Amino acid sequence: MNRDQVLNALFGEGWKAEHLEADHFYGRASVLNQEVTVIGTSEKAEVGADMALTMARVVIQTIKERAGEPIVFLLDTQGQRLRRRDELMGLNGYMAHLAKAVELARQRGHVIVSVVYGEAVSGGYISTGMMADACYALADAEIKVMNLPAMARITKIPLEHLQELAKQSPVFSPGVENYLRMGHLDAVWEGDYSTQLAASISELQAKSRAEIAVDSRIARGVERGGRKAAGVVIERVLGHA
Amino acid sequence: MVNSFLEAGARDRVHGICDAGSFQEILKPSDRISSPHMALLEQPVAFDDGVVIGRATLGGAPVLVVAQEGEFLGGAIGEVHGAKITALIAKAIEEKPRAVLLIFESGGVRLHEANAGLIAVSEIMRAVCSARAQGVQFIGLIGGAAGCFGGTGLIARCCDVLIMSEEGRLAMSGPEVIETVYGVEEFDSRDRALVWRVSGGKHRYVMGDVQTLVADEVEAFRSAAMDALDTGKVNFDLQSLEAEHAMLTQRLAQFGDCRDAKEIWQRLGLPSAEELALMPADEFVSTTASARNVAKGAR
Repeated sequence: MNRDQVLNALFGEGWKAEHLEADHFYGRASVLNQEVTVIGTSEKAEVGADMALTMARVVIQTIKERAGEPIVFLLDTQGQRLRRRDELMGLNGYMAHLAKAVELARQRGHVIVSVVYGEAVSGGYISTGMMADACYALADAEIKVMNLPAMARITKIPLEHLQELAKQSPVFSPGVENYLRMGHLDAVWEGDYSTQLAASISELQAKSRAEIAVDSRIARGVERGGRKAAGVVIERVLGHA
Repeated sequence: MVNSFLEAGARDRVHGICDAGSFQEILKPSDRISSPHMALLEQPVAFDDGVVIGRATLGGAPVLVVAQEGEFLGGAIGEVHGAKITALIAKAIEEKPRAVLLIFESGGVRLHEANAGLIAVSEIMRAVCSARAQGVQFIGLIGGAAGCFGGTGLIARCCDVLIMSEEGRLAMSGPEVIETVYGVEEFDSRDRALVWRVSGGKHRYVMGDVQTLVADEVEAFRSAAMDALDTGKVNFDLQSLEAEHAMLTQRLAQFGDCRDAKEIWQRLGLPSAEELALMPADEFVSTTASARNVAKGAR
């Protein structure tokens, strides 16, 4: 799906753009008669320092001007911008700044939902969608760090071996189903996206702030069988006198 | 004898930085908690999965400590490695120590377990921010040979305060990755002076990404960490975030057209890059003090 298709599927007539560029956008939409802030990346955006700063500005503005308004991230990104100039500026600092803005919004009662509708890779996803209260992906979307041929080259593990192991382990190969099994995604969406978004926002709004503050992804990963080792570690460390 | 932070291993750093004899490791190598995924891929494992966690005191104050081991897979974050850090931060929220010390040395997400690593990084970032909001201070230390890259670079920039040596490197993508994608003209990863001017401690200090620049000595890191206990706490709130936003906005406006710290230093009226490169940390700090334009409490 492209940007306009996903905006249309989620909000229909209810979407008003404030800023629309080829690779990123923001605006407002209404979900169940409630205004929400929408922030997105498109066309497999490279997230650089400038884009991260822009998105952080929109989050801060929402915190200041529209207390408690839900924030929806719509993502299609190939990851962080790979340029010397962005590294010189301290790209990690810009991305962390955006992540902190999202975290502060959560702490101040903004419900945050993210939806991967295209591709979500590494740094471009961590500082935006992965900081949400509830993370979703469309069934035909892709979430990854690296594809298997590149991974085979770097780790020097034969590609055939990786492909074989990828059938039994969700831990390294691309795919939304793997991120579901590992507990990161709340669900993979199919069918009527707008109903599913509305349900997610209402569900989150019904929770207390203390409930929202709990990151339940490891527990969910254990439950779904994709991240058992992390569960053991958490138990043992917290049980340590 | 000077004890180099760069050359020390994770446990030596913990022992040298915390009060002598105070460190108690949680999940010791003898507990044999290693990565099941590395084993499945028939790769070597480490019985601490490349990260040491535990309790200690610093100048008598109770602290929790994390130290990544650069010798094992460049300190990269996998499922177990990440969960150890996340769990220790959860413990910090319960116990409210005076601070959590994060001694970074990591290239970021471990490719062999990339999905788990990526998720773990976001969990650690959330946990750090949440703990900060509940009053726990985070002190990050950077000076290992593997640097502090990728997801680990993001975690570092969530701390209250960062202490770094000139030898440390803090960035998102490493120069090799950028060179592979855009060529040697974009970033020559073998030009060590250039790599240093883009991601090294001195550049990051002038830019305001780190608060303290120290010499490559374990004792210097210890002393800076003790100072940070008293002065380095920053509230996790709108005011700090807006201060950081102003700093980052100004940085792009002032230096956004630069591609080398040489240009930035020249613009700031500092001595030549050659002179700055040779300066010991304390002299560098005093030389750059007035040029360094850092918003107070921007974190």
